[in-house]
Amino acid sequence: MPKQIHLAAHFPGVNNTTVWSDPAAGSHIAFESFRHFAQTAERAKFDFLFLAEGLRLREQGGKIYDLDVVGRPDNVSILMAMAAVTERIGLAGTVNSTFNEPLDVARKLASLDHLSGGRAAWNVVTSWDEFTGENFRRGGYLPKDKRYLRAQEFLETAKTLWDAWDVDEVLADPTSGRYLRHGDAGRFEVHSDQFDISGRFATPRSPQGHPVIIQAGDSEEGREFAAASADAIFTRHAELEAGKEFYADVKGRLAKFGRRHEDLKILPAATFVLGATEEEAAENARQVQYQQVGPQTAIAFAEQVWNRDLSDVDPDGPVPSFDPKTSDDVDSGAHISKGRASVRMYKDPVAIANEWRELGEREGLSLREVVIRKNGRHTFVGTPQRVADTIDEFVQSDASDGFVLVPHVTPGGLDVFADEVVPLLQEKGSFRTEYEGTTLREHLGLQPSPTTTTPAEARA
Amino acid sequence: MTFHLAVALDGTGWHPASWREPGARADELLTAGFWVDQVREAEAGLADLVTFEDAFALPGDERADRVQGRVDAVLTALRVGPVTSHIGLVPTVIATHTEPFHVSTQIATLDWVTSGRAGQRIKVSSDPAEYALFGRRDPEDRESLFGEAADHVEVQRRLWDSWEDDAEIRDAATGRFIDRDKLHYIDFEGPHFSVRGPSITPRPPQGQPVVTALAHVDTAYRLAARSADVVFVTPDGTGRDGPTGDAASILAEVRAAEGATDRTTPLHVFGDLLVLLDDTADAARERLRLLDAADGTELRSDARILAGTAGDVADVLASWQDAGLTGARLRPAVTAHDLPRITRELVPELQRRGLHRTAYEADTLRGLLDLEHPADRYATA
Repeated sequence: MPKQIHLAAHFPGVNNTTVWSDPAAGSHIAFESFRHFAQTAERAKFDFLFLAEGLRLREQGGKIYDLDVVGRPDNVSILMAMAAVTERIGLAGTVNSTFNEPLDVARKLASLDHLSGGRAAWNVVTSWDEFTGENFRRGGYLPKDKRYLRAQEFLETAKTLWDAWDVDEVLADPTSGRYLRHGDAGRFEVHSDQFDISGRFATPRSPQGHPVIIQAGDSEEGREFAAASADAIFTRHAELEAGKEFYADVKGRLAKFGRRHEDLKILPAATFVLGATEEEAAENARQVQYQQVGPQTAIAFAEQVWNRDLSDVDPDGPVPSFDPKTSDDVDSGAHISKGRASVRMYKDPVAIANEWRELGEREGLSLREVVIRKNGRHTFVGTPQRVADTIDEFVQSDASDGFVLVPHVTPGGLDVFADEVVPLLQEKGSFRTEYEGTTLREHLGLQPSPTTTTPAEARA
Repeated sequence: MTFHLAVALDGTGWHPASWREPGARADELLTAGFWVDQVREAEAGLADLVTFEDAFALPGDERADRVQGRVDAVLTALRVGPVTSHIGLVPTVIATHTEPFHVSTQIATLDWVTSGRAGQRIKVSSDPAEYALFGRRDPEDRESLFGEAADHVEVQRRLWDSWEDDAEIRDAATGRFIDRDKLHYIDFEGPHFSVRGPSITPRPPQGQPVVTALAHVDTAYRLAARSADVVFVTPDGTGRDGPTGDAASILAEVRAAEGATDRTTPLHVFGDLLVLLDDTADAARERLRLLDAADGTELRSDARILAGTAGDVADVLASWQDAGLTGARLRPAVTAHDLPRITRELVPELQRRGLHRTAYEADTLRGLLDLEHPADRYATA
């Protein structure tokens, strides 16, 4: 049997890649959209649904950014509701470790796991920005250099809480009159740099023990964190050679943490555009790119690099001849763009601007066309057969274990993939035709989460 | 509608020995099926709403012969939402240890998922064990706790209004998805937190999901008067400070507290009653005696305990309506036994007396409670 592909479906988010102007684009907040998306992914036997997070509306030039989709539900909440209209598919939510308390998050995820029958997953992210902190009790309290420490300790604390109950603690036996084996079940304490908490965790051990842990991030610290603690890693390496390199690097780190090759799944984010022929797919892809980068969006993207107002620049004219403003670092409160992680790619804005200008001059492209070239590339473009072959090639050649697919239209953008690509993957024998297990750990081929607690028999 | 009916769900029931009873399903308490079935039963009885209890800490008595352990109430409501159709879902929220921003979006999500059936019961926590779970030390005094809860609700309410209903415009010509002039910073500043806004979640279908509180003392009546739409009170019950008084005297206290605020819509005042229902009052009392014997202690409750027939309960509810209460919240002692008795015996009795609806007359919880769709506080039009 060929190596099995794992697929996740990312509900389209608040980026320009989500095309809201398409006639097929539906609501981003009505439950019907989430129901449709979840049921399509489950019909296609995907491993899990995935939701990104943003806890403050983005701003540009001191105003709320209005060109992209805005408005989303609370992640764990909407996953819980989607559990009610699906039976098997995993439910993965991004939850920030900076603007939450471990007791609360561990309890929410354990509850999601219980009430979904073992389908919960958590994408652990961390941030330090004061901008987002303005919506929360402690504000922007976390120094940048402590963010991985915070995330690591937060995750370790959550695991301590999930392990606070023995697997067989709840008896619920009316004959003997014993509900629990131990009246003081759930006791724990954590004393670390970030946390000093103790008591009894209120939620008994959930079906998966530990929800599936996902980590995003390609940095050195992120790779180490994932190799040590995560069950899946969400990356941007959706190119074959770069993917193989990343895959080998991260998998190679597992052994030193006593983990097996298959204990960490590597899942790049990927987009797709299909067509009946290669030419039709390429034309569809071109149209989607123009929808994703309208004239106003092209200016907004340029402003993020130039770090100044460019509202008087013509998007259909050349790339501006003047240099970006470099006085404010992208992490400083004075940068034109706030709440957008992608601007950190512009560490050297003058070099980026030169690159854009050269590309424009060399190929006679307008500013908008340059932005499209730089930002609008799709991962998979082609006929369903071509896309299925490419995905399979990635997985069989160890460039990934599968993909997190991000459609560009809500909620029906996944339908065509489910109908036309998935059956071809199934024909190859590299993607399931039925769910074999009931929990997300089983879908992903992960081991049951370890129990660090003493078995009850040994304690008695 | 003249009188409203709520059901308070708390696992297998409000008697600590309820989990041992036939049909209690104590081994399913952490599963979705258990909760879906309870709420559907209440919905079959045309109840306005169900409440879900919650707490971060476990009981300090550490008794292995009682139920301990629970799942999150807000998530339980979210799991039930898509598979029910009319009943209001009112989970407990602990203001003391949660972020008002997160709670606001969680409740707004519940409202979106249910097309307008979301509420919450706001609760304060003075339990030192709960403080330790969050790495906090000495609990604050009562005034401060209730003040924080009022601020918590204020932040939630401002965040719900921070998007005007028509903020999403999808204007292809200008490339704008939203009209940002219809999104608003809330700029709340208080002693416990400051919140800038706007929300990440569009204004929920009800505009303002329903806020409720359980109150036994004047501090709590003042919180309810300032922040809530519905207050649950305990006529002829016992609060932490002693007897709470009868329905009329409690109502007078609540209305006095309202008089000190600028609210224009009167609070709904629901009386809480812990019930054991049977064919005869003797049978109900015998059931209570056996449950007490199984637990080894006499049942104690802040609410009045009534072991009797459906007619007995209907009599109490009728007297409360006469006293001016607008509804009742029933706490079944044994969910498996007393909830079906409520929906299949008490409800028909109340319908005969004109005290309960015969069909759902609205699709939202605000609608069931005769509350209008509220104007957005930030809208200028």
